[in-house]
Amino acid sequence: MKRRDFIQLAGLGTGAFMLPGLAMGRNVAPEALLAPGLDVAVKKRLADAALNAAKAKGASYADVRIGRYLNQFVVTRENKVQNIVNTESYGVGVRVIANGCWGFAAVVDAKNEAQMAKAAEDAVAIAKANSKLMKEPVQLAPQKGFGEVSWKAPIKKNAFEVPIQEKVDLLLAVNNAAMTNGANYVNSVMFQVNEQKYFASTDGSYIDQDIHRIFPQFNVTAIDPKSGKFQTRNALSAPMGMGYDYLQTNPSDKVTGITTRYNKGYDMLEDATSAAQQAKEKLTAKSVEAGKYDLILDPSHLWLTIHESVGHPLELDRVLGYEANFAGTSFATLDKWQSKNFQYGSKEVNLVADKLQVGSLGAVGWDDEGVNTKKWDLVKDGVLVNYQATRDQAHIIGEKESHGCSYADSWSSVQFQRMPNVSLAAGKTPLSVEDMIKDVKKGIYIIGDGSFSIDQQRYNFQFGGQLFYEVKDGKIVGMLNDVAYQSNTQEFWNSCSQVCDDRDYRLGGSFFDGKGQPSQSSAVSHGSSTTRFNGVNVINTARKI
Amino acid sequence: MAILTKEEAKKIIDKVLAYSKADEMSVGLSGSRTGNIRYARNSVSTSGETTNLSLAVTAVFGKKSGTSTINEFDDASLEKTVRRAEEIAKLAPDNPEYVPMLGPQKYLDINSFSESTAGITPDYRAQAAFDSIDPCVKKNLTAAGYLEDTTGFSAIGNSKGLFGYNKSTSIDFSITVRTADGKGSGYAARDFNDASKLSAKSATEVAMQKALASSEAKALEPGKYTVILEPTAAVDLLQNMMGSMDARNAEEGRSFLGKKGGGTRLGEKLFDERVTIYSDPQNLEIPGSPFGGGGGRFGGGGSDGRPQEKVVWVEKGVVKNMYYSRYWAEKKGVKAIAPPSGFIFEGGTQSLADLIKGTEKGILVTRLWYIRAVDPQTLLYTGLTRDGTFYIENGKIKHPVKNFRFNESPVIMLNNLEAMGKPMRASGNLVPPLKIRDFTFTSLSDAV
Repeated sequence: MKRRDFIQLAGLGTGAFMLPGLAMGRNVAPEALLAPGLDVAVKKRLADAALNAAKAKGASYADVRIGRYLNQFVVTRENKVQNIVNTESYGVGVRVIANGCWGFAAVVDAKNEAQMAKAAEDAVAIAKANSKLMKEPVQLAPQKGFGEVSWKAPIKKNAFEVPIQEKVDLLLAVNNAAMTNGANYVNSVMFQVNEQKYFASTDGSYIDQDIHRIFPQFNVTAIDPKSGKFQTRNALSAPMGMGYDYLQTNPSDKVTGITTRYNKGYDMLEDATSAAQQAKEKLTAKSVEAGKYDLILDPSHLWLTIHESVGHPLELDRVLGYEANFAGTSFATLDKWQSKNFQYGSKEVNLVADKLQVGSLGAVGWDDEGVNTKKWDLVKDGVLVNYQATRDQAHIIGEKESHGCSYADSWSSVQFQRMPNVSLAAGKTPLSVEDMIKDVKKGIYIIGDGSFSIDQQRYNFQFGGQLFYEVKDGKIVGMLNDVAYQSNTQEFWNSCSQVCDDRDYRLGGSFFDGKGQPSQSSAVSHGSSTTRFNGVNVINTARKI
Repeated sequence: MAILTKEEAKKIIDKVLAYSKADEMSVGLSGSRTGNIRYARNSVSTSGETTNLSLAVTAVFGKKSGTSTINEFDDASLEKTVRRAEEIAKLAPDNPEYVPMLGPQKYLDINSFSESTAGITPDYRAQAAFDSIDPCVKKNLTAAGYLEDTTGFSAIGNSKGLFGYNKSTSIDFSITVRTADGKGSGYAARDFNDASKLSAKSATEVAMQKALASSEAKALEPGKYTVILEPTAAVDLLQNMMGSMDARNAEEGRSFLGKKGGGTRLGEKLFDERVTIYSDPQNLEIPGSPFGGGGGRFGGGGSDGRPQEKVVWVEKGVVKNMYYSRYWAEKKGVKAIAPPSGFIFEGGTQSLADLIKGTEKGILVTRLWYIRAVDPQTLLYTGLTRDGTFYIENGKIKHPVKNFRFNESPVIMLNNLEAMGKPMRASGNLVPPLKIRDFTFTSLSDAV
């Protein structure tokens, strides 16, 4: 599913129609989302049928993914429920290596051994056909089998167990809070996802995993009819690898300041109230004067800059040219990494890949090719030290094992290299946001993510935001509007001068990161503390039409 | 099996409707076969083929609706799906914006099906990849490309007697060619309903020429330049504008078509008087779907059964129409014009070469990339040039230039129109190459 489809479904785009029948699986009754999937013993039997058939046809390696993907979306605007969608998609994908080449086949609703064997045989036939055009055979990094194991996201409350009415009531209360605080329009949505994935391979792994994600989001619009101007403010929530517990708030989950931000619990009502007031405030905020500013970037904003300027360029498949026709290649070429002195950022900059982080979107026990997940450095003390790799790429960067970065968005999609959580490590010296601001003479404090764009090699980027505050001589003096900053990845990260300590560390993330042809979606988190970048170019985006 | 005839589809839909106990019921039945081949580094990376046949049933009680989908077609499964849709509907909250279903409609005759596309085999795709990779290997260039073909049908019906059926095919091809040293990159993209119109080889040759010609690009200062946007570049900005012509957003005051003091800019001259944009589902080069209303690319998935027809959106620079949901049109007492499935931008007769010849100083843009909205009020977008950007002087391409980031609104751009060429198909639309003055480039990019 493409991000655009999600946005239209959510009514967050323009001219959205709420229609079912999306390519996410079949529409089902909400109770079906709680029905148990196949028993693990049945899944093992099915998986073995495919693995054996693949081997019998001459495959040197095979893996099977038996996947059940469940989604629930609740979509509202103002005082109306616009749509409630419950979908389920079940099927099997079989991937093999035969004659040194990958082959893949998928089958919907596979429930017996004959279907499994047929899919495996099809995959082998495709591998053999493709091997005629092959230049170099696949080299898989070794991976030990784990036997029969399982992993379950550490959620406290399964979102699918919460009655729909409760979610509807919450969203309508959120909308009401926005409307009574000055919004002219409000759209809100609750996305909930559960991936039940079973993986088996000829390496001897049988891995059962249960993954949950949630994303509450809204968009508030305030209009000044006299001038015909309108402004919006999106939720400061983050998509999380959590259950409904993300919506149970504790005071300790709140970060107070110029506006309240949230950590592991999100107070949607409170945020909608602020959003409506701030959208109105934006209507009369001062238009920014273009020029160089020190930027103070909140984690609710910085996650997206990390995602685009660090996460994507360090995907090894991009670096090698596999994404050249669509997403592009990367400036972070192998020679830069080999030099061991490529200064990606200043010494303050430590960027870490992490598939273990609790509550994050990327956390799993094993990836989609049976590799146990881990944490590793990408940029250490400013220097580029590593990439993100899968089993068939590890040898290219001299690694003996995969990083565990393989993911497919459906049983019907072939798995490939996807971004792990990539985060900026918190500063080691104690530093609060207030202390950071005190030192800034001419700056802009940015909260929330907005417009984003970056070139196909990830050099030049431009980012907007939700809230912009002018900082003068160590103090926040008021709200700004029409702000976007432009920079070059290496220049930007080398202008990083201070990172707040881990008391301020929070996750942001993308629920719909697109990559590949045909396009696949994945979800990934990016953590950071508030960070300062010196002398960044800010443009004014106001225009008249 | 995946591609049913009109009669086969009608038989299934009638059977489903006969099971209905709901106040209203609609059925959507669609099937497709999609094949693709992807290559990079001069080698095939993935290829595959998938078929799909699925049925969606929507049951309505009062203002409550529920949908259930299935891909099994025995009588018991069909009946079960109807019952499930009815159960879901009964549990759903009222939708105050529900509009009763349409009765029988008259649909335009549209031919969007081509036997040559429907007959594509894995061998055809492999040959296309070979035709694209082989010339690149011979010139020490690196090819990365993607081809996808789809043959499908879509049928709709409801308990008020509406029925529609359409069969269509499409093929999309795109190719990026890079020089071995990574200093040059070229791109070409083609899309058709009829695969016999596609030559992967000639599209690849265009990308190869651009890759070779774009090496050793020189940096120009960012600023306002006269540009020639090839159709592949212009289409992205125009599509974004067409996707923002929803009437409700405009009337609610949150669109570029909203007006100071309330109301919309319908009837106002917003663009250069040479700008005329319309949609025509019967256009032979971009045949659309006979039914829309959600089925259009600008409106999401599915269809509410509204007939697609010829609509003029902008005429001689004046905004003539916006599109509506059926609910909003009823509330406003106007015709519920459906969003289009593609648009036609009337152009001139000049070729791209003629436009270049007539340019004293300017920049030729092959492709735009990573376009994102910056301000929905002014339709300001940012993005970058990519895969072939050249400096034109005295009617000739002088040298390649480094890529730029732009910040520009299609509304401003279509007021700064200098000249237009002959329209070409691009992403399912007909778009001319556009010569625009004062196009705003705000920074340089090192990306190749």
